[in-house]
Amino acid sequence: MTKDEHREGIKGMANPGRYGIERIAYLLMRLSGLGLLGYFIAHIYETSNILRGRMGWDDFLAMTQTTEGHIFLALVIGMCVFHTGNGIRIMLGHGGVGVGKPARPDYPYEPASQNYRHKIGIYSSIVLAAVAMMYGMAVMFGE
Amino acid sequence: MAQVSSTVDEQVPTLLSVSKSILLRISKFNPELDKSSKFMEFTVSYEKWTTVLEAILDVKKHFDHSVAVRYSCRQATCGSCGMLINGKPRLACFTKISELDSDVVTVEPMNNFPVIRDLTVGFEKLFDTHQKIKPYVIRDDTELESDQREFLQSPQEVEQYIQFANCIKCGLCNSACPTMATDSSFVGPQALAQAYRYVADSRDKGKDTRLNIIDESHGIWRCHFAGSCSQVCPKGVDPAMGIQFLRGYLLGFRN
Ligand code: HEM
Ligand code: SF4
Ligand code: FES
Repeated sequence: MTKDEHREGIKGMANPGRYGIERIAYLLMRLSGLGLLGYFIAHIYETSNILRGRMGWDDFLAMTQTTEGHIFLALVIGMCVFHTGNGIRIMLGHGGVGVGKPARPDYPYEPASQNYRHKIGIYSSIVLAAVAMMYGMAVMFGE
Repeated sequence: MAQVSSTVDEQVPTLLSVSKSILLRISKFNPELDKSSKFMEFTVSYEKWTTVLEAILDVKKHFDHSVAVRYSCRQATCGSCGMLINGKPRLACFTKISELDSDVVTVEPMNNFPVIRDLTVGFEKLFDTHQKIKPYVIRDDTELESDQREFLQSPQEVEQYIQFANCIKCGLCNSACPTMATDSSFVGPQALAQAYRYVADSRDKGKDTRLNIIDESHGIWRCHFAGSCSQVCPKGVDPAMGIQFLRGYLLGFRN
């Protein structure tokens, strides 16, 4: 990536402000994917504590019983739900499903691929993630 | 103009020409001399129908002749005048100041293209990737049979690709694309949409050739269906749609 090419760089890639909800979904998908990957690696490390016997296991698990631990797990729940919901939408889209039909375009040229089906998919993934997070928090903090 | 105004009742101020003004901020940058770009500011009056290109040309004519801007058709046909207008890639000749709804209009060169000077960017790479996907009808029988004057198509067959044939190679889609922002080898939405344009053409027999060309690590798989290309396209090409259809072929969803 040379400066001569005047590329927008990571800042431009991650700027969700200009291109509607689809670009926000793109950013959330990347962040949740990376977040889940991080969690997955941490999860393998965490569960390997069982090798330290019952004490080691319980010690480590106690970390999730704090307020910070609950908030962290709620975030993981949110990332999981959004990533899965939106992931299914993207997989369908990538296969050419629900992206509209080619047609002679007319002014003002609303792109058929950016249609309400995909918008509903994005918004419902966000709402589902929020509901799951609230439910998770209610369970964790309600103990 | 003088003739027209003499026929208008002198008592009535012409409502048509109540002109307002905006602050036009133009990015100035000469890669051979400057370390970084800086903005020049001009107050420009405009009418309801004044385009951003007209405002820039106004500045060139009356204030600063050195502003570098490329244009030709002034009617969204040649694809020369793409630039960032208030942060988004648009055609300067196809964007009215009144529709921007802002007292300040900032124009900058498009992202993801090398800057030649000020608002003008280099298109070599865009044309290279466009050529790479073989933008022409591929057939074995290059010569027409003697009794055949043309390859016939039904109106339905034309509908399948005509939208993608609207591309004017303005590069706005490549400027908006988040993958283009970081990956200098990505083939880009413009070229991918053109690959689909020919694949969807009933006269064409080059589908496998083109699918092979785009099926590489910096090819179609770098598209994440963010859709920004389609949102900025001034001709309704909808590159995102064409790209997902192409991927549908490669993934076996379509045949
Ligand atoms: C049912 C569950 C899942 C589904 C349906 C799913 C689906 C997807 C899809 C379709 C993409 C590609 C998005 C794109 O083209 O931009 C993706 C990206 C990704 N996923 Fe998942 N995924 C799931 C679970 C997971 C899990 C458990 C992890 C972590 C271990 C994960 C980590 C990632 C990462 C790191 C990316 C790359 C993000 C990017 O570069 O944009 N995913 N996922
Ligand atoms: S697809 Fe649209 S935005 Fe992209 S180069 Fe062609 S006309 Fe311009
Ligand atoms: S001047 Fe030709 S597209 Fe704007």
